[in-house]
Amino acid sequence: MKRTLLSAALLTFAPVLVAAELHVDVELPAFNAPDYRRPYVAVWIERPDNSVAANLAVWYDAKMRNNDGIQWLKDMRMWWRRIGRDLQVPIDGVTSATRAPGVHRLSFTAGQAPLGQLPAGEYRLLVEASREHGGREVVSVPLNWPPQAAASATVRGEHELGAITVQLKP
Amino acid sequence: MTVRPRLAVAAFALSLAAPFAGAHEAWLLPSSTVLSAPGYVTLDGAVSNQTFHFNYRPMMIRDNLAITAPDGTAVQPEGLTQGKLRTVFDANLAVAGTYRVALTNASVMASWKEGSETKRWRGTHEALAANVPADAAELSVREGVGRIETFITVGSPTPVTPTGLGLEMVSVTHPNDLYVGEAATFGFVIDGKPVADVKVELMAGGMRYRDQLDKITLHTDARGQVTHTWAEPGMYYLKAVIDDRGGRIANAERRLSYVATLEVLPQ
Repeated sequence: MKRTLLSAALLTFAPVLVAAELHVDVELPAFNAPDYRRPYVAVWIERPDNSVAANLAVWYDAKMRNNDGIQWLKDMRMWWRRIGRDLQVPIDGVTSATRAPGVHRLSFTAGQAPLGQLPAGEYRLLVEASREHGGREVVSVPLNWPPQAAASATVRGEHELGAITVQLKP
Repeated sequence: MTVRPRLAVAAFALSLAAPFAGAHEAWLLPSSTVLSAPGYVTLDGAVSNQTFHFNYRPMMIRDNLAITAPDGTAVQPEGLTQGKLRTVFDANLAVAGTYRVALTNASVMASWKEGSETKRWRGTHEALAANVPADAAELSVREGVGRIETFITVGSPTPVTPTGLGLEMVSVTHPNDLYVGEAATFGFVIDGKPVADVKVELMAGGMRYRDQLDKITLHTDARGQVTHTWAEPGMYYLKAVIDDRGGRIANAERRLSYVATLEVLPQ
């Protein structure tokens, strides 16, 4: 009897339980510079009031001796203020190594870390890049969550970031 | 040659009096105000006539420097060196939170008449009685209390505990959390009590690269607060001055001055 009820409940809620997906393509431009270093990059989701909804990805140099790589996290100034200064890195499933120029896809599933379950509403996805001997740039892509239909939006950076494409799948 | 010792004395007096010397600014300039990880910062201290350009005298640092860790303990400066134009020292910021680096000074200035001659003296409260005749003619005694400080945060900002002594700034907006386009509110207190009508001036560094001082002048409201919305990022020199008669010497005028170096970041 109990089991039947449970199955019925699962069936009733089944459409809601199909997890929405969020894919982010981050393009890092190539620089022909002898002192080129891969940028530090952070990706997160904010609410309209600038409060943080999810800290999705941080690329930094975790391999340096004495953990020296963390000293430049603050150069991702906006991420540092909103998120970084209150955290200890590394964070499982969030932090990873810096990446070479090119397009890198990040995929997230609703209900799973680090995206988690966001209440329905308006958000924006932010990508911030900061590069030694280079500059810093933040790109913001508006998004509505959860997606009602498959959607895609691209915003191009001008300096430290190329195309940032956000794809939503209900 | 005889000029030299006199110059040195003048420089010393000036740096003690720096907060009172109208034409010159005395300041501490940290190499960073925000750190991701514990580590060293270096600080410059100077008296100059262009904010944050060392072009006049080094800051005189004797036993009047206090580096206070987030937990209230004292940190010793390292490698303190006085050059011709600036004084330099390092501070090892070993734990997360906000550090306060402060120089304080207190002095007494007296003037009186001996016949037709005007005598002047400057020194400590303790030395006053031995150097200034209490029954001198036309005796005028003034007290000066000054604080010059800056703040540095490792990781996330933590509250800065006021000392309760003299004129000081108490954070409403944290001094290491200042951003362009946002309003910052600072409170001013004398011996821990909010004080209205303190004149507070803000000036951006880099005077060498612009023509006008672009000084921002504010006055504290009834709650002892000023609010300012930052238009440009950079290092800022904040100076507050007020006179009262609440010092250690009965009925003597007291000049309280406060200087802070603040960094305003772009968004």
